[in-house]
Amino acid sequence: MQLDEMYQEIILDHYRRPHHAGLRDPFDVQVHHVNPTCGDEVTLRVRLAGTAPQWSVEDVSYDGQGCSISQASTSVMSDLVIGRPLDEALRVGEDFLTLVSSRGEVDPDEDRLGDGVAFAGVARYPARVKCALLGWMAFRDAAAQAAAGGEQG
Amino acid sequence: MTTSLQPVLDGAALRADFPLLARTVRGGKRLVYLDSGATSQKPQVVLDAERTFYEQHNAAVHRGAHQLAEEATDAFEAARARVGAFIGAPAGEVVFTKNATEAINLVAYSLSTPGWADRRALRAGDRVVVTEMEHHANLVPWQEACRRTGAELAWLGLDGDGRLDLTALEQVVTPATKVVALSAQSNVTGVQPDLAPVLARARAVGALVLLDACQSVPHGPVDVGGLDVDFLAFSGHKMCGPLGVGVLWGRGELLAAMPPFLTGGSMIETVTMAASTYAAPPQRFEAGTQMAAQAVGLAAACDYLDGLGMAAIAEHEAALTAYTLAGLAGLTGVRVIGPTDTVGRGGAVSFVVEGIHPHDVGQVLDDRGVAVRVGHHCAWPLTRHFGVPATTRASLYLYNDAADIDALVDGVAAAQRYFGAA
Repeated sequence: MQLDEMYQEIILDHYRRPHHAGLRDPFDVQVHHVNPTCGDEVTLRVRLAGTAPQWSVEDVSYDGQGCSISQASTSVMSDLVIGRPLDEALRVGEDFLTLVSSRGEVDPDEDRLGDGVAFAGVARYPARVKCALLGWMAFRDAAAQAAAGGEQG
Repeated sequence: MTTSLQPVLDGAALRADFPLLARTVRGGKRLVYLDSGATSQKPQVVLDAERTFYEQHNAAVHRGAHQLAEEATDAFEAARARVGAFIGAPAGEVVFTKNATEAINLVAYSLSTPGWADRRALRAGDRVVVTEMEHHANLVPWQEACRRTGAELAWLGLDGDGRLDLTALEQVVTPATKVVALSAQSNVTGVQPDLAPVLARARAVGALVLLDACQSVPHGPVDVGGLDVDFLAFSGHKMCGPLGVGVLWGRGELLAAMPPFLTGGSMIETVTMAASTYAAPPQRFEAGTQMAAQAVGLAAACDYLDGLGMAAIAEHEAALTAYTLAGLAGLTGVRVIGPTDTVGRGGAVSFVVEGIHPHDVGQVLDDRGVAVRVGHHCAWPLTRHFGVPATTRASLYLYNDAADIDALVDGVAAAQRYFGAA
């Protein structure tokens, strides 16, 4: 069944029991992102540690509403970025973007993307790619703002 | 399901008129097309009309004196007359636009033209009234017109079923109101608002009325002679016509007074380096090379629809809507967004499934060959009114039948099983 290619058990697990969910203090920046085509939304907070340019991601917390794909992807994203150096976290995000934009042409690297590899099936459904990217885009935005704010401060 | 269905049209037989409906999707599954509210499929006669135009008569209309230019212009103007006849309007009051969104923008921009010295011009201190059920196409252009002019935007709210709440009608449609813009039928809930009291109040305060008829003209008889409105906007592609053509009907004396919206070639009377004067309507509102082939296709769609009978189409969809509502009512955990009865509503049925996001419902349906729309359907304030982020919408048309609805209901039940929600 084609449906199972998209809704991998890993995705459904993250959807039912999202990791790192809920908004937490302390945080540096909070952003709110929406997917204007479907109304899905996420509020996301980022807390960085360290100093420029050696930032690391101390915490990511979020609250949102959306489909299984957007919710699970945000959960997986939080697993992948928390505790990582920021530049590395952003590179993992780029790899995830490449994977889900690939229409199924890219073989994912599990060592790098962890549970993110489960989204390879989503890549075959172009209408759902934005769902998978909602949390990642919010993270990228918040992290950039936090890093810029830190430099100014 | 036990509800009896009295099919007026033979949806299965009519599908043979629509080449696309013969194809399969997602690995050989029968296509069940329940997204006609977004765009309808096209019958062969419409495709043939467009093709014949290109093969035999293609030229730019209203310019050139060669034979093809004459034929193309004649075909375009005949299409205008045909579309006018479809809604009971003289040809000269029919303006072709690229879609209904452009038709509404045309009115919103024209009425808010700076320096237009006319009592109907939109100015600071005036009011524009819309409703909470509007598609973004009949909301955002008015927000912008108000921003440009300093006019105030107000709106009629909705009740729990998504019907117009008219208790505050006189407070909302004030004497300062210059324009009342509302839908003849919601693209989300299918609600057909009771227009009479709104129109009466609009007349009492001297406001112009624009009716967004995108979801009504394709689905039942519409006669502008019997509708006390000033403008009617609708799209061609939702009524079996081609993409890329929409229609604005406006009262002749209004169009004659209104300034142009888009400007350029074809819409002028005289042009000098410093200034221009403009052609009479409808050409005044048709700048640039026109979508003649699409207009010809739309005229063929009018022929096709009239051949079936608009009253018969409306009756067919009413029976199918009742069948859809009954089918969904048989599923635990499914809530219809909008009226759950068939009074004053058309064939758009939106619903939410407890515990499953509409995107996921739509994905399971798609996997079974059932095409529905998911999201806020370009009517975000309406979905907010119902306190839901998004809905799943099945929208019906003449080529649907009971088997399509059974596939929908079975698919929703399958989504509930898949996600463990029932």
